[in-house]
Amino acid sequence: MASLTNRAKVLEQKPMSFMERLYLPAIFKGMAITFAHMFKKKATINYPEEKRPFSPVFRGLHVLNRDEEGRENCTACGLCAVACPAEAITMEGAERKTSEEHLYREEKYAAKYEINMLRCIFCGLCEEACPKDAIYMSETFAPSNFTRKGFIYSKDELLIPNPVTDKEKFEIAKGLREAQLKNK
Amino acid sequence: MITMDLMAIDLAYGLEKLLLIGGIITVSLIVAMYTTYAERKVAAWMQDRRGPNRAGPFGLLQPVADGLKLFFKEEIIPLTSNKTLFVLGPALAMVTAMLTSAVIPWGSSINIFGRDVSLQIADVNIGILYVFGVVSMGVYGIMIGGWSSNNKFSLIAAVRGASQIISYELAMGLSLIALLMMTGSLSLKTIVQQQMEGGWNIIYQPLGFLIFLICVFAECNRTPFDLPEAENELNFGYHQEYSSMKLGLYLFSEYVNMFISSAVVSTLFFGGYDIPFVDEAALSLSLGANTVALLGFGALFAKILFFLFLFIWVRWTIPRFRYDQLMDLGWKKLIPLALANMLITALVILWLNK
Repeated sequence: MASLTNRAKVLEQKPMSFMERLYLPAIFKGMAITFAHMFKKKATINYPEEKRPFSPVFRGLHVLNRDEEGRENCTACGLCAVACPAEAITMEGAERKTSEEHLYREEKYAAKYEINMLRCIFCGLCEEACPKDAIYMSETFAPSNFTRKGFIYSKDELLIPNPVTDKEKFEIAKGLREAQLKNK
Repeated sequence: MITMDLMAIDLAYGLEKLLLIGGIITVSLIVAMYTTYAERKVAAWMQDRRGPNRAGPFGLLQPVADGLKLFFKEEIIPLTSNKTLFVLGPALAMVTAMLTSAVIPWGSSINIFGRDVSLQIADVNIGILYVFGVVSMGVYGIMIGGWSSNNKFSLIAAVRGASQIISYELAMGLSLIALLMMTGSLSLKTIVQQQMEGGWNIIYQPLGFLIFLICVFAECNRTPFDLPEAENELNFGYHQEYSSMKLGLYLFSEYVNMFISSAVVSTLFFGGYDIPFVDEAALSLSLGANTVALLGFGALFAKILFFLFLFIWVRWTIPRFRYDQLMDLGWKKLIPLALANMLITALVILWLNK
């Protein structure tokens, strides 16, 4: 039968020669290979001490952004929730009062903002959908938890620290963010 | 000889032997402990990994952690098992593993407070026969363990293991006969002393060494002959029903066996406590006999460590035999080879004496 691709190789099945049947040369060859491997670079990374650098496009935990004066960017427009294919985001909007102008950048804000990290597939569509640069994805991932409830992240966990009242922590978070951007 | 020993028994002699026995048991247990560590480390390196490195610096406390884990595990004795034998099995495996160390000369004698203390527990004039006898006893550990578990798989594995050990003991003995024809003595100390003067036995008996080494691998149930514990294709081995430290004893006795076998191989073929390329008699004049004896012990230890590494090295290189291949190698290849080696040695000895 003619072969279809002309790439077929005929299997050679010659009886083994005496040296081959001794097996010892093959064993020594194999042992030389394993011995050489002892001195090769190890593939393992010592995890807690050493960390593998993330890819610049890594999509990790979400962060809710603030502007320079510490006001929340989010206007609870709901575009992220609409964009989310896993329906992990829920929010409730509220109207800003005159006394709250230092807290929220625009007239409407998110009174409640929750992301279920068990539903989230970290696709980054929320980040893309946001018109206010209010949500972005950092380079950390969700730590483990004992309960399902623990994976529903509310505003407390998501918001970036306030640059006015909590400057130090904000700098740390922002520093991380800038280092990430630099990597990109 | 025996009457001489009986006359010489006094308190100091007994104390000296007791200390020596304690020391050798401690050393072999510690070496076995760290062989498990070395096994995991070397296996990791050969597979481009790092190996245990969490417990203590470089993971050096890992064997302690492993042992503690085994001690704290629940001990299950199957309801239908023969309880006495079930407990006896691992104990026997461990005891036979340790017993062989008695006749191995760990060094020449050292002089303490004017007494010449031989670094050998018992210089029996049938040393090698004793080793063979004790090694054959090791089969009972496997058989009793497998049989008393009252589990079909354990029993089959035990029969498998026992027939493997018995088959390879034949080739092992035959390969040694050629060596014994050369040395003319069964005492391990005499064999070592002959090698110190006339060169190592490996030079005269390379084929005998190869056969002996392969048989040692089979006797220790090490890869490529570790069918008694082939967990992935043959459903584990004779220790299937064992848990906790009883399982630990079985696994541990394998490492003690490795240590003792390495010592036997080094003693028989690699000059024992002979320091290579050095004239011990001349050296003891300049350094003192005690220093040279300790150096000799170090030389023996280095040889043992090399063989331990070889055990591990082979394990992580070569796949397992199929059972028929194992029997084929033992009966159809090694025994005729050993017989041929024996005949050739005999002919050469006759021809040289002519």
